[in-house]
Amino acid sequence: MSKERIKIAEELYDIMPAEYQDLVKRATYGNEQRGWKDIGNAKELIEEHSLCAGCPESMAFRYILASLPNPEDTVMVGSTGCTSLVFPHVAVHNIHSLFGNQNAVASGLKRALTVRFPDRHKDVVVLAGDGATVDIGLDMTLQAWFRQEKFTTICFDNELYANTGGQESGLMQKGFVAKMAPVGKTFEKVRLPEIARESGCHYIVNCTVSKPNLIEKVIKNAIYIAREIGPTYLQLYTPCILEIGKNSMEGLQEMRDSEKPTERFAYKEYVSEPAKELLAELAAKEKERKAEVKRQLASTTVTV
Amino acid sequence: MAAQASFIGQKNKKGQVYADAWHMMNEATKTPSFLTGSEVIKEAVRRASCDIMVAYPITPQSEAAALCGELFAEGYIGDYFRGESEFAVMSQCAGAAFGGARVFTTTAGPGTMRAMENFPMWAGARLPIQVIVTCRGINSPLSIQPDTLEMAYLMQTGMLVWHAETAQDFYDWILKGYMVSEEPDVHLPLALCCDGFFVTHTKDMVDLTPVDMCLPPYDPYRSPVPCMDMECPPVRMMRDPFIMKSNYISYATHASWQQEVWAAGERSRKHTIRWMDGLIDTENTDADVIVVASGTAVSQSREAIAILEEEGIHVGLVKVKTLRPWPGEEIREATKHAKHIIVPEFNVVGWLAREVSATVRNNERVHAGPHVCGGMTMPPEIIAAEIKTVLGVKAPSLAGRGG
Repeated sequence: MSKERIKIAEELYDIMPAEYQDLVKRATYGNEQRGWKDIGNAKELIEEHSLCAGCPESMAFRYILASLPNPEDTVMVGSTGCTSLVFPHVAVHNIHSLFGNQNAVASGLKRALTVRFPDRHKDVVVLAGDGATVDIGLDMTLQAWFRQEKFTTICFDNELYANTGGQESGLMQKGFVAKMAPVGKTFEKVRLPEIARESGCHYIVNCTVSKPNLIEKVIKNAIYIAREIGPTYLQLYTPCILEIGKNSMEGLQEMRDSEKPTERFAYKEYVSEPAKELLAELAAKEKERKAEVKRQLASTTVTV
Repeated sequence: MAAQASFIGQKNKKGQVYADAWHMMNEATKTPSFLTGSEVIKEAVRRASCDIMVAYPITPQSEAAALCGELFAEGYIGDYFRGESEFAVMSQCAGAAFGGARVFTTTAGPGTMRAMENFPMWAGARLPIQVIVTCRGINSPLSIQPDTLEMAYLMQTGMLVWHAETAQDFYDWILKGYMVSEEPDVHLPLALCCDGFFVTHTKDMVDLTPVDMCLPPYDPYRSPVPCMDMECPPVRMMRDPFIMKSNYISYATHASWQQEVWAAGERSRKHTIRWMDGLIDTENTDADVIVVASGTAVSQSREAIAILEEEGIHVGLVKVKTLRPWPGEEIREATKHAKHIIVPEFNVVGWLAREVSATVRNNERVHAGPHVCGGMTMPPEIIAAEIKTVLGVKAPSLAGRGG
């Protein structure tokens, strides 16, 4: 969809909601260079969120939405949980249907969009919590990867069921005492990034959302690789400050503490061989683009 | 309508002409063909301009689902794949329909039950997906035999639910089903049910529409809710997600939407009546005894009526074609002179008899039965015997039924 299509007829301009007027005036649709630095300068694709104050998930949402390379042709699929409270505020088409079926919905959606728009990129991005991705939806998460469905799966890993009040989940750490784990979780955190590699994902990153520039990079990589090659998986630590007993301002520090080299969210990445080639190609193109901009700037300076 | 009309007369990549659906179904020359029910499903789908089909094996729909795969290999369907379970398949169908595709799938018995969470979601999301349900037992111990119990559950989902009697019904209703369910004032999923094996695995003469004609393609922009393809402006859908609010506005929103989904089913009546010549078919409704049935129980009842006719007992027949919308007014009218209303069924609970009892006046006239289940056949003789018992006519005991 081009930005042309969201334009408002002059006669109706004043009756449209302010956020829609803002979308038309200041959205970064159609600009592949869009990224986290636009936050605060351009229209964001998320209105005020309805999460707890200081929730790292809200940061993650803002960085991800700012980093989508092609939001005007991106459809997102969510699941039940805290994320489903945010999606209604997002200015990108998004689907919530049931709990845990997000990768099945995305499989059908991606195929339908490919049949209907064979000559265009329509990116599909799944964004769901760890309960949806790893517990109730694990079958459909893995099967979509086995089938090499061409979309990105993002798991907001807060290591528990947050929205229902802090129950044990498969991605919870061993020993953590939670609701439904009254004597502490008895088994290890499920190693989904490794399972993802064995299941055929071409790009896998395990990290926190403490660094917006890093999130921009991995989101763009994951989407470009999914578009051209096959499934990609991002597992992002978005701690539930409420359930781990932290204050609103402590989310960022919690992520920084958890990404130290020996910690469970130390940056880990896997890139398949075909994906490496693609990333190298894209890097070469980006280099060429920057050189071109520099050349143009230089020539402009001369004429002035 | 404009977008659809613009396709009519053009050819698809297989050389089929997008036809005016009414002309194709009602006026074009038909070719009688001797086919199994599964083959009939394939031939209907060949002409249905489907974008996506998702398949999963479960008896007795596996053959039809595999035959549709052949159609994909031949280029008649946009995309086709095997899902990992019925729950996943119905979610994959949802994703494809959210993305603006015309979607087709098939399931049966335990598969219907495993997928069940999806069906009210389809209806609530107004996705006009068509699922063929080739009914089979859902009890333990394991059964693969015909039994219509699962339809009792489907009837509460908000979907349109139709019950085909014959392969010809199946052929016609698959195609007509898309025309009804995709109407903007309906836009609901359709569960097109039949009695497994009896319809899927037997051969019958079926009149096929021309193979070089197909339905006009689905136009997702006639949907009453936005198609999730980022081709229309993505405004914020709501200021506060209703799920997190415990207040009157939240409740009222959910309540009014559920009412709207069921109202959409009601609005399908006018389209269904036009395409299917009524929600019920009737024969001899001036008789004192009337059988009300759906699916192959109708065929068996016809045989029973013929047996009784030879003995001088006149019995009328109501064939219920659609269960949702429920043809209450039609059944009341058709049975108003009847002293006895007999409702034979292929399930243990008698859901059709319950619906009829809740519909007609003086419902002590309704006799629930005979019931067969677990794959038992329903010989016409047991329907005839039931009617004689109701009338107080002595009937000879039937072998194997305990005399």
